Amino acid sequence: MSKRKILVSFAVLCMLSTAAVAEGPKAGGVVNAVIQPEPPSLMVGLVQNGPTQMVAGNIYEGLLRYSPKLDPLPGLAESWTVSEDGKIYTFKLVKGATWHDGKPFTSADVLFSIDFLKQTHPRARGNLVQLDKVEAPDESTVVFTLKQPFGPFIGIFEVGSLPMIPKHIYEGTDFKTNPANNTPVGTGPFMFKEWQKGSFIRLVKNPNYHVKGKPNIDEIYWHVIPDAAARSVAYETGKVDVLPGGSVENFDVPRLSKLKNTCVTGAGWEFFSPHSWLWLNNRAGPTANKKFRQALMFAIDRNMAKDVVWNGLGKVATGPSGSAIKYYTGAVPKYDYDPAKAKALLKEAGYNGEKLRMLPLPYGETWQRWAEMVRQNLQDVGVNVEMVATDVPGWNQKVSEWDYDIAFTYLYQYGDPALGVGRNYISSQIAKGSPFNNVEGYSNPEIDKLFADGAVAFPDAAREEIYAKAQKILVEDVPVAWMLELQFPTITRCSVKNLVTTGIGVNDGFRDAWIEK
Amino acid sequence: MISFIAQRIAKAIVVLLALVVLNFFLIRLAPGDPALVMAGEAGAGDQIFLAQLREKFGLDQPLPVQLFLYVKGILSLDLGFSFRQQMPVATLILQRLPATLLLTGTAFAISLAFGIVFGALAARFAGTWADTAITVLALVFYATPLFWVALMAILLFSVTMDWLPSFGYETVGANYTGLAHVLDVAAHLILPATTIGLFFMATYARMTRASMLEVNRLDFVKTARAKGLSDTVIQRRHVLRNALLPVVTLAGLQAGTLVGGAVLTETVFAWPGIGRLMYEALLQRDYNLLLGVFVVCSAMVLAFNLITDLVYRSVDPRIEFAS
Repeated sequence: MSKRKILVSFAVLCMLSTAAVAEGPKAGGVVNAVIQPEPPSLMVGLVQNGPTQMVAGNIYEGLLRYSPKLDPLPGLAESWTVSEDGKIYTFKLVKGATWHDGKPFTSADVLFSIDFLKQTHPRARGNLVQLDKVEAPDESTVVFTLKQPFGPFIGIFEVGSLPMIPKHIYEGTDFKTNPANNTPVGTGPFMFKEWQKGSFIRLVKNPNYHVKGKPNIDEIYWHVIPDAAARSVAYETGKVDVLPGGSVENFDVPRLSKLKNTCVTGAGWEFFSPHSWLWLNNRAGPTANKKFRQALMFAIDRNMAKDVVWNGLGKVATGPSGSAIKYYTGAVPKYDYDPAKAKALLKEAGYNGEKLRMLPLPYGETWQRWAEMVRQNLQDVGVNVEMVATDVPGWNQKVSEWDYDIAFTYLYQYGDPALGVGRNYISSQIAKGSPFNNVEGYSNPEIDKLFADGAVAFPDAAREEIYAKAQKILVEDVPVAWMLELQFPTITRCSVKNLVTTGIGVNDGFRDAWIEK
Repeated sequence: MISFIAQRIAKAIVVLLALVVLNFFLIRLAPGDPALVMAGEAGAGDQIFLAQLREKFGLDQPLPVQLFLYVKGILSLDLGFSFRQQMPVATLILQRLPATLLLTGTAFAISLAFGIVFGALAARFAGTWADTAITVLALVFYATPLFWVALMAILLFSVTMDWLPSFGYETVGANYTGLAHVLDVAAHLILPATTIGLFFMATYARMTRASMLEVNRLDFVKTARAKGLSDTVIQRRHVLRNALLPVVTLAGLQAGTLVGGAVLTETVFAWPGIGRLMYEALLQRDYNLLLGVFVVCSAMVLAFNLITDLVYRSVDPRIEFAS
């Protein structure tokens, strides 16, 4: 070995060893994070809003977790098998998992949780329709039997979708008024300690957590700071270390990103894939005309909205499915920004200047500006748009009662077209009174059949074909105007390591996180 | 005097009940209900879920029944249950009330004390540069939106100079006790209290100044001068005392809004007070909680009106209690 080679290998060795020292997770430390808005409750089996899931994801656990590619990872289940016909799922639970009050976690808790969530959790209720029965042959085994193969089934076990609920606390009680709702008990890496309403929520390390050596962090404080500008200031002045996605206004992101010792990531939203679009009222008015809807797609400059309103974050949506979702295809008709084409289509559609009511999403400045931009785009091609201002409850009511022409929204997709995409387009989902179904009133028997078949087709290759077809038809019909695949950046001090590791990001991120001192 | 107070309290209770009924209907005129809001935040909600929520909130009952149940509760001093927050409304309000009273009380004291002093000085030196300076500053603080002042104060004292904390009621996780705790809360109190205080101080200063200048022209002041009293004594004992009546009126009105009047400031400074509680209850259509805060605020306004009347008398003995 030449002298030079020896030197080089020595240098490499040095680098490796320092890297190893720097990479090793360290125990201890306190993380200060922002939670916005204040969750109404931390009992994630009863309440599923965003902030609840974000905090409660540390307290409760699901049977599985999901990688950024949406592959299942062990959670409370350490292994699982699927029968050849795709109907029987067998889960082996981890050994030695306990609830925060010391009681062991067993298969009986899993059976109870399924019953519990069927009563209280609208999404779980929908996800479990194909479930025939669930059995527990022994303490650490659970067997799910389906009526027929249901492709997305392996994707429904994440903590927000199917959290495990302690049987010994809830059995035989009125779930909604159980006093334990205010002192949540889970199996997760952190335990609930204190909640000063209006100020902060404090979680502490679970010393008996079933994954050895985890969590690393001792305490998490979730600070409730209602004003967006004040949240940025709290980060700037070093009072908080973690700003989860969506906690500051988007126009503050570039400024905060440039601060010293600041890391920004858009990862951790793969499972939810927030997809934004404009509800177009397919029932009445100009938006009932397919040509008019296509014209809108050509008239709106979505690239510019991404670059200006969203600071380049996110992706222009190509259709009903986001690109991180299973069976996504980009092979669909394209709608690039083309005002001339839009004008021509408007003429073909016979549009004669009727006024359209547009509802922006009342979620802060970013959405307001986006709506103004779209209005400008539409006015440029001669569409007469009137903005309707509402607050959140008013928005919910107007949209669920179909009292709009164009309305901004964004919905989660939960990794699979059968879970988070189909609900917006199939006609059985047309029902007044909820803002999260087929609000636009699109009805197409062909699409209904494709989504019905897609959910239960087997094996996966068959599903892929069906969903490719469905996407093509929908993009041609434009039931809604797809805008962007949103990305909510998580801003942290760089010393907070390993925070976003899975497809649900901060929602179960603190289990593996550690702080570099 | 006792009978005067008793009569006023009896009237106050009737007014309060009328307010409860009025508020009950006013809130329900706003579109949207709490069930839709909760379903909206969850990003999912089938019909069963919405029906369950409405039943829980009591929204499946006809409106008159809801009103009857609510008024019945109020009469037995029960403010109801906030289903959203899973807590009795009274508990939620009592948790938040001290923080608000500390904040607005401090702001009130600051504004009244400095407002009267600056107003008196401006009147005393009317026409000089001191008067101009005070008047201009008062005008500026009066005209500037509170939240902007708050943000600028944060920018200057928290971000740039790093002297004072920018949010919260105390340092979370520090677990201070005794004097250290008092100082910690005080440090958090300075910016928000001053922000509110500056606004009201401006009104008091201008009111005091105008009122004193007017009293200064009256005959009894000339008499006092003719008696050969020193100017300081005249200003303090004869002019200021008489000039204070309109200031007391104004202060009485503003004291009534102390409870609910700090929404913006509490929001910007993340102060865990009742203004924010009310604002959030409004955004979430948490009817019981919102009505509860309204009831408490209304009761405060009525109480402060009574106190103001009593203060009038001690400031000006010529005023009598009319029964």
